[in-house]
Amino acid sequence: MQSAQEQDSARMQTSGVAEHPLLAVEGITRVYGERIGCADVSFELFAGEVLAIVGESGSGKTTLLNCISSRLSPTCGRVSYRMRDGQTADIYKMAEAERRHLMRTDWGFVHQNPIDGLRMTVSAGANVGERLMAIGDRHYGNIRNSAIEWLERVEIAADRVDDQPRAFSGGMRQRLQIARNLVTEPRLVFMDEPTGGLDVSVQARLLDLLRGLVSDLGLAVVVVTHDLAVARLLSDRMIVMKDGRVIEAGLTDRVLDDPRAPYTQLLVSSILQV
Amino acid sequence: MNAPLTQEPTETLARYNFAYLDEQTKRMIRRAILKGIAIPGYQVPFASREMPMPYGWGTGGVQVTASIIGPDDVLKVIDQGADDTTNAVSIRAFFAKTASVETTTVTTDASIIQTRHRIPETPLQEGQILVYQVPIPEPLRFLEPRETETRKMHALEEYGLMHVKLYEDIARNGHIATTYAYPVKVEGRYVMDPSPTPKFDNPKMHRSAALQLFGAGREKRIYAIPPHTDVVSLDFEDHPFEIQHFEQPCALCGAEQVYLDEVVLDDRGGRMFVCSDTDHCETRRAGGHRGTMLGDPFLAEEKEVS
Repeated sequence: MQSAQEQDSARMQTSGVAEHPLLAVEGITRVYGERIGCADVSFELFAGEVLAIVGESGSGKTTLLNCISSRLSPTCGRVSYRMRDGQTADIYKMAEAERRHLMRTDWGFVHQNPIDGLRMTVSAGANVGERLMAIGDRHYGNIRNSAIEWLERVEIAADRVDDQPRAFSGGMRQRLQIARNLVTEPRLVFMDEPTGGLDVSVQARLLDLLRGLVSDLGLAVVVVTHDLAVARLLSDRMIVMKDGRVIEAGLTDRVLDDPRAPYTQLLVSSILQV
Repeated sequence: MNAPLTQEPTETLARYNFAYLDEQTKRMIRRAILKGIAIPGYQVPFASREMPMPYGWGTGGVQVTASIIGPDDVLKVIDQGADDTTNAVSIRAFFAKTASVETTTVTTDASIIQTRHRIPETPLQEGQILVYQVPIPEPLRFLEPRETETRKMHALEEYGLMHVKLYEDIARNGHIATTYAYPVKVEGRYVMDPSPTPKFDNPKMHRSAALQLFGAGREKRIYAIPPHTDVVSLDFEDHPFEIQHFEQPCALCGAEQVYLDEVVLDDRGGRMFVCSDTDHCETRRAGGHRGTMLGDPFLAEEKEVS
């Protein structure tokens, strides 16, 4: 495990992606009374990198994701983020207004269930345009044009712009949610089981789309999933969690092809073969 | 205004304090009003009292009026612009009885005007106070159901959602279809619900010389717009704010550029449009103005031709 981390840092230095990480997580711990949500999790994420957090249900993946995306304050630990101006800021020391501004401009959050991430009673166009209006765009025509442009990028026909998401299929809703998050061109996107609950052909198209967007836009992504195939397809690196702790971390291919921790070995060997 | 703190029991209604509310309550409400004036457009929570009328009939407005009224005040009460509807008559009678104040229907004579959903057509003057009855003070209520979240949005000035509603209006109807309770931004800071007044009245709030107070009894909120405060209706650059326009003048007084009510006259499609502000209409008629239905010869002739 140690050597894997060294390998990673070596890769970063040789490829020269960035000298400073975009997101640095140090010792994040969240307890719920006597129970542990996640304990002492640390990692770094560089610009344009995709990190998968895998583990079984109840292993603390979502708690961790919420802690680092400032949706849930951790019991202890630090999350620092390199802002667009190059300054690194501790997100829990920022003013709330600044943090919320960051969340809806430079960050995105894709929920597992699109109902949580969309406004179901307003049109697809308004859903995509909401972030633009939140940062002060006051020109209807421009907002609508960007909305249509983004709908097309996520393969939703432009003539659906005035339909409500409740008229959309599960896969379309998920793509709409992605468009809604990406319209402000964030640099970091958090995803919680983005393909959960979709059937496999829809999953495949969504993954294809995500891979395209991630490479086109140079997004950094933290994706939580229990589906190792999703992690394999999307991520560069992964961390494996069990009982709230990180038990293995490394390059995705390395972890999946040569799992070291006994639990990871179990996880990898549990993948159903068709 | 400036009611004495102690009031001699009057012969007619000895068991009530002046203007019904006890002095402690009035002080509490005045504190909320002062805070509201200090932070224009901000909703100040207050301990709304039970009033001898049901919620939705103006309990908030009545409490505000009761707290600011004094023996020298002249009170006017309007309901949708009219002085002669049940709500207006009852509230006027209530204060005539409990505070023995003079009441009027003439806008220019009144020092306090309590209103349900209209602003008088006659521009208000310095020293006058307009008290609104507000059913739902929170402009973001139907966009974000959580009160904790809407308060946070006000605190952090996150008003993108309000424009989502306007966007949705244009996407569905081709224009901003909100016609009443049209959201405004007060003094460049707080987004405020102007109570369900028609958007026709929104421009009258902008830099009004009168003090405007808003009371929501059931929701327990008071807010205020001090005189000469900027009140701007929200809109888009390419879909600017517009007020309603009427194609014909008032059928009784011939007034144009005023808000008109449509009155159905029979079951064969007959209808007339009259001033919603009854005082404005009466004043004009007393001044010799005549609409088509009161025999304006010129307009009647024109109507026949068309």
